Amino acid sequence: MSHHIIDFKDVFFSYPDGTEALKGVSFRITHGESVGLVGANGAGKSTLLLQMNGYMLPSSGLINIGDMELTKKTRQEIRKKVGVVFQNPDDQLFMPTVYDDVAFGPLNLGMSAERVIDRVNSSLQTVGCFDLREKPPHHLSGGQKRAVAIATVLAMEPDILVMDEPSSDLDPKSRRYLMRLLKGFRHTKIIATHDLDFILEVCERCLVIKDGRIVADGPVSSILTDQSLLEENNLELPLTLQETHMR
Amino acid sequence: MDFDKEYFNLGVLDTLSYKNTLIHRLDPRTKVIATFAFIVTVVSFPKHEIAGLIPFFLFPVVVFSLGDIPVWFILKKVLVISVFAVFIGIFNPLFDTHVIYDLFGIPVSGGWVSFFSILLKFFLTMCSALLLIATTSFPGICHGLRKLGIPEIFISQLLFLYRYIFVLMEETLRMVRARDLRSFGKRGQGMSVFIHLIGTLFMRTIERAERIYHAMLSRGFSGTIHFIKRDHFGRADFAFLSITGVVLILFRTYDLVNLIGRHAEKMF
Repeated sequence: MSHHIIDFKDVFFSYPDGTEALKGVSFRITHGESVGLVGANGAGKSTLLLQMNGYMLPSSGLINIGDMELTKKTRQEIRKKVGVVFQNPDDQLFMPTVYDDVAFGPLNLGMSAERVIDRVNSSLQTVGCFDLREKPPHHLSGGQKRAVAIATVLAMEPDILVMDEPSSDLDPKSRRYLMRLLKGFRHTKIIATHDLDFILEVCERCLVIKDGRIVADGPVSSILTDQSLLEENNLELPLTLQETHMR
Repeated sequence: MDFDKEYFNLGVLDTLSYKNTLIHRLDPRTKVIATFAFIVTVVSFPKHEIAGLIPFFLFPVVVFSLGDIPVWFILKKVLVISVFAVFIGIFNPLFDTHVIYDLFGIPVSGGWVSFFSILLKFFLTMCSALLLIATTSFPGICHGLRKLGIPEIFISQLLFLYRYIFVLMEETLRMVRARDLRSFGKRGQGMSVFIHLIGTLFMRTIERAERIYHAMLSRGFSGTIHFIKRDHFGRADFAFLSITGVVLILFRTYDLVNLIGRHAEKMF
């Protein structure tokens, strides 16, 4: 299991309307790392995440996931390895009941019914939503939706977990629960968010993206304490590190 | 605030369908078949039939009580749509003036009888259809229909409709509220704003559809949606279906009201 690697080499990407969203992004994330991705609005965070499972392919540059190069041909395979949790759970949960939604991925992988049932049950139990399995998504609270969205991805047993703003719209208790949950996972994790305290708690490494380029890459402890770097990127010190200023 | 009201109405019906009673626990197929059989039987009566239809009220009454469904809520819905039935039948008394009954000295024409018969049939069929929805979750009905042989593509459409109608309505609700809060009096409530509202909603829907499709692809979607079987046809379903079947045939072939009347006559 030494190949849960994400390797971006000089990746460029432009949208069809000509907007250059990524301008030469390079980084390498190795097995088991948990990485926070931060940056101002419109810096390119979401675009970067969408590259990781081949929804959009780079205009130039190379992306390697594990030992496989990301191309049009390999992206089906790569989607089995990279699980993406979207920002809005209403987009992620499209099936009529929680159970059907969690079963959707495993069934598409062509597994037998018993194995699918096992996986659905265990991933729902992992996120603590087993009792919600027969509910339709619109009867769930925001926190429950998020947890189920994570379960839908876990059920596919991906090597790499990619999340876009996982803590938005969550009340503090659900957010705390999610942090504990994520810390328990041994997947390679990439989390894009503005919630710097979340990253401080969950991640070891942090990437800062600005105008489609990686401008800083290092351990969370050094990046999230660098006030001038953060302020240059429309960010600020994590609240837990600001306490001294408050009194 | 009309939009709010409609939205919550839909929500009530949806919430009802997730109760846990004897009726709710039946396999969706059972209920779909039973409802269909009931509707066909009721509609199959000739146009001047009234007495024969009366025993059929037993069916909704039983489902109302076993399924713990608020009677008034369903009746209100039936009343609202009954306008259609009234319009269908309202000219019968004018066309068919042939007297067929004599009710305590008042001549009753065939038109009135058939009008009344239409109303009864309408009431019974609408009631049973609404009760099906109120006692079976929408996904349940869809799965039932799928197993009864309705093509996959229709089922997927229905399921997506159900999944996103609430999302879409909430989005509309928020937009309508935002408009109402910033429009004072007539300004802002007009047609042109409404058109913009619909346009925005449409654009957002397209964007959402794209994101959903992306989410589907991310989880290995390749053309067909698969489901795991969960319902099973149990003893309760068998019992419910056979009782319904027997009772429907009985009610259809024997004129029970007449029989009871004659027995009563003999007793006194």
